[in-house]
Amino acid sequence: MNNEENGEKTGQCRCVHGFTRRGFLTSVGVGAMAALATSGRLSAAQEGAVAERAAEKAVVITLTVNDRSHRLLVEPRWSLLYVLREQLGLTGAKVGCERGECGACTVLIDDLPRYACLTLAVEAEGRRITTLEGLMAGEELGPVQQAFVEEDAMQCGYCTPGQIMSVEGLLRARPQPDQAEIRQAVSGNLCRCGAYPHIVKAGLRAAELKAKR
Amino acid sequence: MKDDEQDLYFVEGIAVPQTPLPGEEPANWGKTAVIGRRQTRVDAYERVSGTAVYPSDVVLPNMLYGALLRCPHAHARVKKVDASAAERMEGVQAVLTGASLGRQVKWPYNEEVATDLFDDRCRFEGEAVAAVAAATPYVARDALREIKVEYEVLPFVADERRSLATGAARIHGAGNRLKADSYKRGDVARGFAEADIVLEEQYRTACEIQAPMELHGCVANWEGDSLTVWESTQGVYAVQAKIADILGLPLSRVRVIGHYMGGGFGSKLQPGKYTVCAALLAKKTGRPVKIFLSREETLLAAGNRPPATMTIKAGVKKDGTLTALQFTGLASSGAYPAGGISLLDWLVRDLYLCANVQSELTDVAINAGPARPFRAPGHPQCAWALEQMMDALAEAAGLDPIDLRLKNIPLVSQGREGAPPYTTTGLAECIRQGAEAFGWREARRRTAAGRKEQGHLRRGVGMGSCLWVVGGGGPPSTVIVKLFADGSVNLNMGASDIGTGTKTVMAMVLAEELGVRPASIQIEHADTGSTQYATPSGGSKTVPTESPAVRSAAIAVKQQLLQMAAGELGSPVENLRYGGEYIEAVDSGKKVKVTGIAALKKQGVVVGIGYRGPNPEGKVVNPFAAQFCEVEVNTRTGEVRIMRFLGAHESGRVMDRLTFDNQVFGGITMGIGLAMTETRILDENRTGKMVNCNWHDYKLPTALDVPTDMVSLPVELRDSEANSTGAKGLGEPVTIPTAAAIANAIYDAVGVRVRQSPADPLTMKRLLAEEAPEVRS
Repeated sequence: MNNEENGEKTGQCRCVHGFTRRGFLTSVGVGAMAALATSGRLSAAQEGAVAERAAEKAVVITLTVNDRSHRLLVEPRWSLLYVLREQLGLTGAKVGCERGECGACTVLIDDLPRYACLTLAVEAEGRRITTLEGLMAGEELGPVQQAFVEEDAMQCGYCTPGQIMSVEGLLRARPQPDQAEIRQAVSGNLCRCGAYPHIVKAGLRAAELKAKR
Repeated sequence: MKDDEQDLYFVEGIAVPQTPLPGEEPANWGKTAVIGRRQTRVDAYERVSGTAVYPSDVVLPNMLYGALLRCPHAHARVKKVDASAAERMEGVQAVLTGASLGRQVKWPYNEEVATDLFDDRCRFEGEAVAAVAAATPYVARDALREIKVEYEVLPFVADERRSLATGAARIHGAGNRLKADSYKRGDVARGFAEADIVLEEQYRTACEIQAPMELHGCVANWEGDSLTVWESTQGVYAVQAKIADILGLPLSRVRVIGHYMGGGFGSKLQPGKYTVCAALLAKKTGRPVKIFLSREETLLAAGNRPPATMTIKAGVKKDGTLTALQFTGLASSGAYPAGGISLLDWLVRDLYLCANVQSELTDVAINAGPARPFRAPGHPQCAWALEQMMDALAEAAGLDPIDLRLKNIPLVSQGREGAPPYTTTGLAECIRQGAEAFGWREARRRTAAGRKEQGHLRRGVGMGSCLWVVGGGGPPSTVIVKLFADGSVNLNMGASDIGTGTKTVMAMVLAEELGVRPASIQIEHADTGSTQYATPSGGSKTVPTESPAVRSAAIAVKQQLLQMAAGELGSPVENLRYGGEYIEAVDSGKKVKVTGIAALKKQGVVVGIGYRGPNPEGKVVNPFAAQFCEVEVNTRTGEVRIMRFLGAHESGRVMDRLTFDNQVFGGITMGIGLAMTETRILDENRTGKMVNCNWHDYKLPTALDVPTDMVSLPVELRDSEANSTGAKGLGEPVTIPTAAAIANAIYDAVGVRVRQSPADPLTMKRLLAEEAPEVRS
């Protein structure tokens, strides 16, 4: 499943993921990979070489996710959400509707909350992508995550990653938001369990915690 | 709290309840040390860090992705399926069609009705026609497009009110009437004759869809002849039973795992056709297969709250005594029998004191996805009708709505044979305390005065009350608790935590009994391969079912520890007290540390098995509630803003105040959806298809649609009979009276009755124009 290629690190890596080069190497060979590393796009000949692993028009992109760079072979139609979850194993972003209606897949792209289901992986190249996992400092929760724990701002927990990312995005832009701004910020994140009152409280608490750190 | 190396798991100085001797029933808890406090979730870290693995997060080596082809027509016959092009596609590993499966795999819609898994008759839009497995979900969906299906499109009926009309499309050979039910006590004709006021009105609630955030789906994997399914479900054992039955496998060879799940609200009590397809595709390819539906598929084919048309005729004396209630309900299960009228009349039968009650219920088929249980089946619909009628009666009798209700509080369950008493009923207290906390009478005076003003923003307050037909839980349940030599504790139970905080509450029960910290308890749950049998988490019964079993298992652990300590302390067991960290002999004053008991060290672990005992005989265990709200109606735009809400809930003992409040707010939020925005819209004229089959057009409440002013008021009555923890269910009553309370508040604001849900701006503008022309904007 994993056709990730080890790429250079940008900044400090805070996550602990094993890189699997094997799958990629067996299909394209080391020489082809070296070419890819410089061009970033597949030539027609290289395309033929990877046909057994990917659709014909697969391209190689570099995604910067949680301060770590990943070189990936993706189909242009693959959503960022699909690549994060099924290719990189970052399942914090959840699938809810795949059409930008629920916000369960919210990630930060250059610090702004974005629906990963409506973002193609190829569009996200060159951007700074932050997922729920990227809010952790090692095994320590980030302040927004901590606030969600304290205020019980979840029930089933499935929308929770998206809610947290929306609050995180808000706080990066406005460190001291009022209640109305928090409600607005998470209004693109459906919660069918209806934990909204606790989510809004968690937003206020998160601003406090973030200010302290 | 001290966390030194020696006593990592015990809380110092905690008062734990007395241990009953073997064979004795445990006494009710008195003052509790852990239960009832605001305890954050024991699995909150996993849920906020992304480390919780939901079934949709599961990725296995060599895994394929499956997808289902679904009928695009409301009613059609499948004449031919040509999957040859799909089968030849690169990346496609397997295709299943009706022809390839033959008639060997049946799908039971209920106990009586089964069809082929891919039946040649599709009775609703979204019925499964074929399935594929491919290298990626993208290729799987490409493959679906390459399957050529020849349909004979058949006439359809999409509105339950037209289903029995002459000339309506016939969905089943025997006709469209699926089920009829009736109930009678006393004599309604006599009741109406005794009444000073008789009112009759028709109400309707639109079809509402569960729409949990995590899509329905699973991952299936075979190891030899054994099948493992990671399913997003409310009940792993229920999924196991149905899959084993359909595939003809022994239960022992079907393992279902559902540690986390992203909401169900009744729609995930059972597996889906997708589960069977995933298992069959995995078998055929020899590879794991993941199938998660699209949002559109879940809206079409994963359950709903049936649309219901209800008529109530009610009689009341001037002093507020109800004399008769006559109820007629017409609802639709969808294309197959699926509980369309289940419990639809229960509140009429049971909520208020009334000697003369009659109801007639009819379930009809329409060409739409089958219903599934939806949070308090039947009750919010019935409350929409009954609670609005109660307000209308109160107005006609010149009474305050709460006084009319308080006049008719039953102490027995009249709707049941023999009218057994409730163990406790908090109905009156919920109404009284809720009204007090809400400032009801003052608010009513204020809104009445406001009606004389001519502004376009009109305030109104409304309330509704309810009970939930079950909510007492009951056997069976088996729970295993292990206390290891170091004092750490493991809880093993089959129940799912569907977001209600089940794991947290059970950890609190153990903490209360054993004197350990809730967060130190390791929980294994919701896995048919490794945890004990439990019924699905539904019916608001998980806490009242499982918590007494957990308590009983903890007591079994304590009894064994006391037995072990008896020899060491040289005192008989009846003279020993388990105090958490220490066991003490009350006669000699000698103490031994639990982790210092030699026999425990040698044995390594103490295993306590707990069972759920029976419910009290001849009594009914029900939760009760009353909710109050204030709305503002904009008579220019027809918009209704909900300004504040208060939920007063009597669910026995409050186990975790934090998750209790969260559920109250959540239930109210869902009720706001029913009242204000949610409706499945079928194109009744041309196609029968659902026209708002997405979350943009089928609107769930967002954070901006619920008031910031929400109050949860627990009305805690000590129920010494219900079970050994005194807990009753909460998850369903919280959403029953909400929509009706909103409708009553709208009436208070502008004097129009919203008989049909939802109260969207268009509906409001129409009603204002038709029924309250004097309310000028």
